[in-house]
Amino acid sequence: SDLSSGINAEWPLRPGVENSGSVIAVRGSDGVVFGVEKIITSQLYEQGNNRRVQSVDDHIGGAVAGMLSDARAIVARAREEATDYRDVYQVPIPLKMLCERLGHYVHLYTVYGGLRPFGVSILLGSWDELNGAKLMEIDPSGSARGYYGCAVGKGKQNAKTEIEKLDMTKLTCRELIKEVAKIIYSVHDEVKDKHFELELSWIGKDTGGKHQIVPKDLYDEAVKYAEEALNDSDDEDNVM
Amino acid sequence: AVVSTQSGHYGRGKDEGTTVSPKKHTMQPIVTGTSVLGIRTKEGVVIAADTLGSYGSLARFRDIQRLMKVNDSTIIGGFGDYADFQFLMKLLRQQTIDDEVVGDGVYRDAPAIHNWLRCVLYNRRTKFNPLWNTIVVAGKNYGGEPYLGYVDKIGVAFEEKTVATGFGSYIALPMMRKAMDENPDMGVEEAKAVLKRCLRVLFYRDCRSLNRFQIGVVSAGETSISEPMSADTDWSIGANPSGYE
Repeated sequence: SDLSSGINAEWPLRPGVENSGSVIAVRGSDGVVFGVEKIITSQLYEQGNNRRVQSVDDHIGGAVAGMLSDARAIVARAREEATDYRDVYQVPIPLKMLCERLGHYVHLYTVYGGLRPFGVSILLGSWDELNGAKLMEIDPSGSARGYYGCAVGKGKQNAKTEIEKLDMTKLTCRELIKEVAKIIYSVHDEVKDKHFELELSWIGKDTGGKHQIVPKDLYDEAVKYAEEALNDSDDEDNVM
Repeated sequence: AVVSTQSGHYGRGKDEGTTVSPKKHTMQPIVTGTSVLGIRTKEGVVIAADTLGSYGSLARFRDIQRLMKVNDSTIIGGFGDYADFQFLMKLLRQQTIDDEVVGDGVYRDAPAIHNWLRCVLYNRRTKFNPLWNTIVVAGKNYGGEPYLGYVDKIGVAFEEKTVATGFGSYIALPMMRKAMDENPDMGVEEAKAVLKRCLRVLFYRDCRSLNRFQIGVVSAGETSISEPMSADTDWSIGANPSGYE
């Protein structure tokens, strides 16, 4: 494709982000929940490796979709920005400021012919007592947008439909963990991608504003809820 | 002009002009913290420091934190220049964040923090630009064993059962050593009592101390710094000094 035409961020979207396993994030009443459909291409991979949810500083969580090596570069940059902000202002970087800086950085790669844009979309979320929950997405063009609920990757369309059905602002993180798991399981294509690992993380009141992987007991509960919902819908199809 | 290896440029650009700067031989600490005490028991390590930042002889800042919880395995205490201690606290805070984002639940342990501080402090002393502090590192290693270390502004570093800085090394350390010798198997609670006794004597004798202090504990179960507390004092013997008339 024509990289010399300046902002041509469509290219990285195609092989990169759109073919990646689905990533969704939802902003609830007391925090943000991230869910990733991590497609496993080989049984030889160690479980829990190649994490798609990352922390930037300790108060911001991020989930990435697209080329993993590009994702690592973006997360590294985000961490540098957060460190620099903390060094100068002695407070943790607000999500909005981080996304401004990161969006700027990603955009930079779309205006020079010698560089290719990042093939990554990153969803970033934070929660604190004062400002509540915040969720933003940065896409390969460098634009940063705020969301209540967001989905990227393969099952994005279906996921978005499911997310729209949720009354997110009224649900707590604990409830949303189950809903996010359910959506990931429902948009997962059993035929095309046999095995997948669900990665769930959250940040909110229950974690004291720190980004963490969802603890095992809540994770198991969520997976059970998701699998049951899937079986119910399968039964419905059979009844017809 | 005397050329030194320290940074400082008289020209505009980096390579312009002569690289000159005033040679720093003497520095002086401005806002200072006094003694930090530490005892290592088989159960855990206890560390204490008062909440005073002195401005020379003025007891200026009476509610500062001289103990810092670095992570779940380490608490440090700072003696000496408070601004330099704040600088070290800032760097250590960032290290803990860097450990956290890796996401494997592993954080630098007390010996690692102690060694890092030793590297930094020795390096600065070698450049004739010291961080004017003595730091006590209280914590545990990866194996969970209690660890107590000392590092000072000239880069001297060691591990011991009992450590103290400043006035504490003259007054409190003998008391702490005696207590440890008499009761080597003491637990955390007994160690706290020993430290409180030492802090009381220090308040009687150290003119730059305050009767308001915090005690930090690193043990298998907890890593925390207490709320500020005070020792009961009895100044009645002060009514009848003899030999100073």
